[in-house]
Amino acid sequence: MNWRDTFRTAGDAVRTHRLRSALTMLGIMIGISAVVLTVGLGQGARSKVQESINALGTNLLVVSPGSTTSSTGVRGGFGSASTLTLEDAAALSNRDAAPDIQAVATETTSNVQVDYGTTNWTTTLTATSATWQEVRSREVTAGRFLTAADDAGIAPVVVIGPATATELFATLDPIGQTVTVNNVSLKVIGVLDELSSSDSTRNNDVALVPQSTYSQLLVGGASRDSVSSIYIKATGSGTLSAAYQEADALLLNTHGITTATSADFSIATQASLLSTANSVNDTLTVMLAGIAVISLLVGGIGVMNIMLVSVTERIREIGLRKALGGRPRLIRRQFLVEASILGLAGGVLGVAVGFAGAAILPHISDSRVILSTSASIGAIAMAMAIGIVFGVYPASRAARLAPIDALRSE
Amino acid sequence: MAAPRDASHTTDESAERSLPADSLGPRPFPVEPPYDQSTRDPVPVLELLDVSKIYRTGEIEVAALRNVSLRIEENEFVAITGPSGSGKSTLMHILGCLDVPSSGVFRLAGHDVQTFDENQLADVRNRFIGFVFQQFNLLAYLSAWRNVELPLVYAKVRPAERKARALAALDVVGLADRAQHKPGELSGGQQQRVAVARALVTEPGMILADEPTGNLDSTATADVLALLDELHRAGRTIVLITHEHDVAARAQRTVMIRDGGVFVPTAAAVGA
Ligand SMILES: Nc1ncnc2c1ncn2[C@@H]1O[C@H](COP(=O)(O)OP(=O)(O)OP(=O)(O)O)[C@@H](O)[C@H]1O
Ligand SMILES: [Mg+2]
Repeated sequence: MNWRDTFRTAGDAVRTHRLRSALTMLGIMIGISAVVLTVGLGQGARSKVQESINALGTNLLVVSPGSTTSSTGVRGGFGSASTLTLEDAAALSNRDAAPDIQAVATETTSNVQVDYGTTNWTTTLTATSATWQEVRSREVTAGRFLTAADDAGIAPVVVIGPATATELFATLDPIGQTVTVNNVSLKVIGVLDELSSSDSTRNNDVALVPQSTYSQLLVGGASRDSVSSIYIKATGSGTLSAAYQEADALLLNTHGITTATSADFSIATQASLLSTANSVNDTLTVMLAGIAVISLLVGGIGVMNIMLVSVTERIREIGLRKALGGRPRLIRRQFLVEASILGLAGGVLGVAVGFAGAAILPHISDSRVILSTSASIGAIAMAMAIGIVFGVYPASRAARLAPIDALRSE
Repeated sequence: MAAPRDASHTTDESAERSLPADSLGPRPFPVEPPYDQSTRDPVPVLELLDVSKIYRTGEIEVAALRNVSLRIEENEFVAITGPSGSGKSTLMHILGCLDVPSSGVFRLAGHDVQTFDENQLADVRNRFIGFVFQQFNLLAYLSAWRNVELPLVYAKVRPAERKARALAALDVVGLADRAQHKPGELSGGQQQRVAVARALVTEPGMILADEPTGNLDSTATADVLALLDELHRAGRTIVLITHEHDVAARAQRTVMIRDGGVFVPTAAAVGA
């Protein structure tokens, strides 16, 4: 009995017991499609994070209040007293002290309701300086951006994101219109360009005002010169780490801190932001994949169960095959091939379902699924391996049967 | 016993090629005989010495065979008769290397079968013995010719030759036109004949048939018996289990079994 005969015989057996084979495959199929989809979702989330962090701008450093010892490191905003000030930003802007820093922009944010006539819209009010545009690599499509003069004059002006403009003014030209924030009238002087990122809301729905206007007119009680975060643009990608060193030294100095470990701020690069966000994503992916693997295991136990049933049910066939000269090794091989055919078919179907799910999922939620060929091949190989691993026990049971016991059983 | 499998393989392969499908010549025992072949001492093909088979079902012990001693020479045609439950099938299973005795010695062509491992037993069954089981034991999901082909599959015969030989064997039992039918689509007698064809297809040296005429009418019985006669004339050893006296009468010798023991046949019983 060569391999061809083995495959033909195993195929015959799978086809003869259609329903049973189909149910076994179903178990494997569900497990494999779950694995394929979770891995795809993980990949999708990664690429989304990558995009939104790229959307921040290029060659960027982000300074946040709070110590670096906290593992999250990125947005230490919650509860931690804002230790960053406009003076810090001014110090960083000093070309002589920090030659590798091209531009610095502060951001102080809060959520507010913006009114235009009877229309209102809740958006992120962000206080910043004229340098924001340069640091974040954004353009205005209409009107102009904030200037240093606006800041000096506490000008009641606002630059809005394209999504905000659509929400408030629909098709109307926003430039020159007056909106109200916290009972203060602000004149719309510009509209930002649209950022086509998957995470577009944060970039396209925003209202920018001068720092002075924010702290003196709009948000009472806010410390005049404290800021939520400072964005630093390095002169180039090659000078990013030099800019990091300079910013770190300057801030330690202005804050009067001598040991780097007790710093009351943290500086993140885009790469570190990415890895932090990804580590959260990865934890989630690993958790989901763990659940998927468990379901795959259940599928594997299903294969074993069915194969054991098959061995018991075909005990006479096994006895006959042995009586006619089937060596134990050949009997074992036949049942192993049968189990791996079930695993393989389940795996192929599972990957197909995974691809179908990847096509449908983005339409019903805003998640992105990225499927790779290597992951699919891996999943199919895994399904086959499961068939084999869980087929070993039933197959060796079949091989060990004494021919006469097998023949005599009814 | 040195490298018995290799020796058997080479003889087989050449034999398969040289023998036409319709040849009924006997095939050699697949394990090197332990005796000097030049002197050709008449070593019996089957030799049972004081063999007992005891089945234990919980507390109850059933002695299916008690101290049976039996010699069957090469190219003998032996009938085994006895009432139902006397141990005929048990005896056949031991003779066919499907079961092992509880005590006593069973020698096959001079070899103590107890020294064979599972693979050697499988090869001996495949190459030397043709079985016709009491309950046919055909596989329901395979057509008649695929059932007949099975022993050849395990003998590593090439597919084209397998099919030709399976169809030839079906032709011998008069079922050439039913080759594509599944066992469920055949009558009891036809299934019986498929089982006979499967026993013939490897051209084994010995045929063990457990009630091969049990389900057949008188014409079909006559056909199967004529076939066995022909095989016997071609040099095969034949052991036929039956409880019909006129069937047993076709054999050279009748061994009667009662309650697991052998009755030494009297002259009257043989001459019948
Ligand atoms: N596996 C077993 N366990 C227990 N007892 C068994 C077993 N197999 C056979 N026997 C017993 O051994 C005895 C002989 O059985 P066997 O099948 O050899 O009879 P038989 O002569 O072939 O009968 P029949 O003509 O009806 O086929 C019977 O009494 C039977 O009950
Ligand atoms: Mg019987």
